[in-house]
Amino acid sequence: MPEKTVTKLENSILEIEHRIEDLQSASLKDHIDRGAEIQSLKTTWEGMQRKLFSELAPYDIVKIARHPLRPLAADYVNFMIEDFVELHGDKRFGDDKAIICGLGKVGHEKVLIIGQQKGKSTKERIACNFGMPNPEGYRKALQKMKLAEKFHLPVVTLIDTPGANPDIGAEERGQAHAIAENIYEMSQLKTPIINIVIGEGGSGGALGIGIGDKFAILEYAYYSVISPEGCAAILWKNGENAPEAAKALQLTAKDLLRFGIADEIIQEPIGAAHKDPRATVCTLKSHIVKYLEELKTIPIDKLLERRYHRYRTIGKYEEE
Amino acid sequence: MVFFRKKKDMPNGLWVRCDGCKGLVYKKTVEEGMHVCPECNYHFRIFSRDRLKLLLDENSFEEMWANITPHDPLNFRDRVTYPERVSAEQQKTGLKEAIIVGKGKVCGREVMVGITDPAFIMGSMGSVVGEKIARLAEKATELKVPLIMVSGSGGGARMQEGVFSLMQMAKTSAAIARFRESGGLYISILTDPSLGGVMASFASQADITIAEPKALIGFAGPRVIQETIKRALPKGFQTAEFLLEHGFLDMIVPRQDMKKEISRLLNYLK
Ligand SMILES: [Zn+2]
Repeated sequence: MPEKTVTKLENSILEIEHRIEDLQSASLKDHIDRGAEIQSLKTTWEGMQRKLFSELAPYDIVKIARHPLRPLAADYVNFMIEDFVELHGDKRFGDDKAIICGLGKVGHEKVLIIGQQKGKSTKERIACNFGMPNPEGYRKALQKMKLAEKFHLPVVTLIDTPGANPDIGAEERGQAHAIAENIYEMSQLKTPIINIVIGEGGSGGALGIGIGDKFAILEYAYYSVISPEGCAAILWKNGENAPEAAKALQLTAKDLLRFGIADEIIQEPIGAAHKDPRATVCTLKSHIVKYLEELKTIPIDKLLERRYHRYRTIGKYEEE
Repeated sequence: MVFFRKKKDMPNGLWVRCDGCKGLVYKKTVEEGMHVCPECNYHFRIFSRDRLKLLLDENSFEEMWANITPHDPLNFRDRVTYPERVSAEQQKTGLKEAIIVGKGKVCGREVMVGITDPAFIMGSMGSVVGEKIARLAEKATELKVPLIMVSGSGGGARMQEGVFSLMQMAKTSAAIARFRESGGLYISILTDPSLGGVMASFASQADITIAEPKALIGFAGPRVIQETIKRALPKGFQTAEFLLEHGFLDMIVPRQDMKKEISRLLNYLK
């Protein structure tokens, strides 16, 4: 698969990566040691990566969150969850592949995991509708959450969607109603819920699996009331103003932490999650284990009170 | 936030153009007939203050938390700043925000009522709208009286308050859930237009959901859907009648009968 790049600097970074690979394979053939040269290139590479990532504009972060090689929910499930039992179907209409649900273990902890899945290959992307869930996806998630509640399993949701599917069928089957019902039910589900934004946190479509007791976000993920493109089209009357809209919306992990909406930013490897998916999975896993340990010590009544308070206190207004 | 179809401002004068039958109708007749076209039954959009008069007993409304006004948490600026936009909307509508809430009576029965106004930044939900709905639901829980929300929002969540607006969906939902689980009756009335984050939260979480005839109701706005699927939308798509047919409404009630029907429901669901 061709590697798509985010910026010009990333092009230079890719060139260095290719040179390192070339030198490594040359050494394998002629057994000449190029270690010093490779090491020096690696140092340059790291420096450039750090520079690139220290200068990212909010819209660059949006593009990293959408990077075609970024690890997806299914990757986290595959590498992080042991003994995974996938559960399909909403028992009402169909099985939405844009939302994966199943039982599994994170470390020693049994959980229900729910993830929005975008798909990697073209075929898979189409099957997953590019991570834009239909009402049946939200209803499937809710059904499995009720199961988790009944059997006292914590719920972990991995958020990665550009938004809920905006099409005729989704409207016919009550997209707004499905999301509203999930938010309503999740606000009082009697089991701990952990929400993690791993890529795109697209508006109501993200919130439909996004209510809980702990809210963390990967370093280069974003979470927004509307896509920068959509916001630019409405307020600037021009989708080309998306970079300005992204800045104005303050949608990065840092912004969310500053606003007190995210509890924690989960660090990504140098060059972002797609440069080292396994390391990213490991970091995410250790955070989930930490959150599960913390949440299981809290009695459920107190947890629900905390959850109510968490959302009840969000908002900025003046009162005379 | 979603797109919605542009509403033409009513021309001043004795006559008004009806968006339903495109005919000219006598303004006074429309006003006296609860802002409904006498020719085609088209329901004109009305201000929240006028709606209160149609729904509640005379002089029964006591507004609550009227002095909550918007803040600008993001220092948001598009082509104008958010505070500039807010004050322009305040001057245009005479409202402080996109919602009025309070206590009132429907045929003698006490209720808590909230009305969003599509005239104010498209009736979108920011922190003020979210806070007032949450307080209203909490008050209804405390007083054990029914809750009625009338929604009119082409905007859904308000973009200018960014993620704070998005989280109002969670806040209102949590307060509504507590109210309903405590045994309270919640009636949601959907008016033209009801879209986006408002529909994907409190407006869709009622015991009874009612819509006015032909109101535009949905999640994604029709323009967004059209741009996504790249073909024309079917006739009647996302209307109240479409929702009724697909099972998402309890009933469609014309404006003239709304108070009477609410009163009948209140009598049964005590
Ligand atoms: Zn007419």
